Amino acid sequence: MAATQVVRSEWTKIRSVASTVWTLSLAAVVTIALGMLISALSKAEFDNLSTRDRLSFDPTFISFAGMSLGQLAMIVFGVLVVSNEYSTGMIRVSLAAVPQRGTFLFGKIAVATALALAVGMATSFAAFFLGQAMLGEHKASIGDDGVLRAVIGGGLYMTLIAMFSMGVAAMLRSPMLSLGILMPFFFLISSILGNVDATKKVGQFLPDQAGSKIMQVVTPIGDDTPYGPWGGLGIMALWVVAALIGGYVLLKRRDAQ
Amino acid sequence: MSPSSVGVMIELEGLTKRYGEKIAVNNLTFTVRPGIVTGFLGPNGAGKSTTMRMMLGLDRPTAGDVRIDGKHYDQLKDPLKYIGALLDAKAVHGGRTAFNHLLCLAQSNGIPKQRVHEVLDTVGLTAVAKKKAKGFSLGMGQRLGIAAALLGDPQILMFDEPVNGLDPEGIHWIRTLMKSLAAQGRTVFVSSHLMSEMALTADHLVVIGQGRLLADTSMADFIARNSRSYVRVRSPQREKLLDVLHQAGLTAQDAGDGALEVDGGKAEYIGELAARHQLVLHELSPQQASLEEAFMQLTAESVEYHAHSGTPAAPQQWGEGWKKG
Repeated sequence: MAATQVVRSEWTKIRSVASTVWTLSLAAVVTIALGMLISALSKAEFDNLSTRDRLSFDPTFISFAGMSLGQLAMIVFGVLVVSNEYSTGMIRVSLAAVPQRGTFLFGKIAVATALALAVGMATSFAAFFLGQAMLGEHKASIGDDGVLRAVIGGGLYMTLIAMFSMGVAAMLRSPMLSLGILMPFFFLISSILGNVDATKKVGQFLPDQAGSKIMQVVTPIGDDTPYGPWGGLGIMALWVVAALIGGYVLLKRRDAQ
Repeated sequence: MSPSSVGVMIELEGLTKRYGEKIAVNNLTFTVRPGIVTGFLGPNGAGKSTTMRMMLGLDRPTAGDVRIDGKHYDQLKDPLKYIGALLDAKAVHGGRTAFNHLLCLAQSNGIPKQRVHEVLDTVGLTAVAKKKAKGFSLGMGQRLGIAAALLGDPQILMFDEPVNGLDPEGIHWIRTLMKSLAAQGRTVFVSSHLMSEMALTADHLVVIGQGRLLADTSMADFIARNSRSYVRVRSPQREKLLDVLHQAGLTAQDAGDGALEVDGGKAEYIGELAARHQLVLHELSPQQASLEEAFMQLTAESVEYHAHSGTPAAPQQWGEGWKKG
């Protein structure tokens, strides 16, 4: 069957380049280490917090603080998996071998997504447990209400970020262009839009802001987000679907180069 | 499941590719037959690579059709088993080893791993199979590309400018390989911008210029028609010599610089003829119009990037405008 052949082929491709290992391990290490650091700092700060801030204190969410930086490595992973084909010219060899472009693209994305999911889940659980260890007496337990959902959600969030990047890279083809748009967008623009009052309503619907709702266990006081944790993840998933459809349509229509 | 062992043809029918206003490939119709090497010849920018990419389903034709074994490329199940192509030897992920590069291609077409070892051996890259492709020389890259083309043991092989940048040993190897593939009954289609290269390898010739078909002929016919041999003769007694040649039944043409071009006679015979009539000769030399010249003549109209040999326009005389002002 053609699809299983493509999956096997794409697995060989992804495991045989160094960028896979370094981007995914960087995503894990940065997310976990930064999460631990911020958890330790939050523990030290706790006694100085106002009552209002103490009521909003969300130990689970704090242990995922490293994701804001770790997701950038996930973006690089997603971009490189797809755009490597174009920057090396390999795309012509690949499409001559697999002329069914949909099978080719979705086979590639399936393999990369499975890998991102495995690394994302492991990272999320590790970031949670190690972060809670740093928080000492303020820690949350995996059995607490909503915590397991948040930890699994953290793994899904990282996976969806990688998938969104794959879709964008399939549309733009160039790795530099894709990274040049995605990195500043997720690192700067999205958080600026989300923090300025005038644009907050729009910012809430950006993929990372909506998606990260799933990692929240304690709703901050005065929060008026119009969707819940799964609703937010759903909004992020819609962005991913749109990016993948865009990538597929353009791949299908364009000459392979 | 694997293609029939009888020869497989490639048929192009009115194939056209347009980029905006520019026509890269213009209504190409020809057939590539099995058992021979078909040379695809044309100057740089004639549309050879675009045509080959359309044959592989990589670029979409604006009009027309390519059929392989009667089917469209994307209708082929496991296409590498039908047609193997080397388009660009550099189109490899440099961080991947030669073995893994071939393995991922093999897996995508359900070709067993054992075959990867076989083709590496065929092209002589077994020793560097575990080395990353970015360290490969041009020749090694070319061999890796050919290994990829051979993976599926296809009945059709397609090579785009395979000898470009190779050393003499590599060129010899590729020529021998192409001939032996054709001798096995396979369809071999190879592009080049060098007539001399085609003369050594191709049995059949398809010539294009500016995307249009200029010739579709057997190599033997092309040579017979285009490689005219003649004798160049120059004499101060030109008129007398013309008479003598005419009496001997030889036709002579004016070469344009006072000399004559005589067809149908050997230099020795013409020399003896002149001696017998006591004519002085200043020049007597056998000439052969090269195939390269014939090719250039054929494509002269359609070369896109001419090097202009004329003298540049004379610069304006210094002070000319100044005097008037």
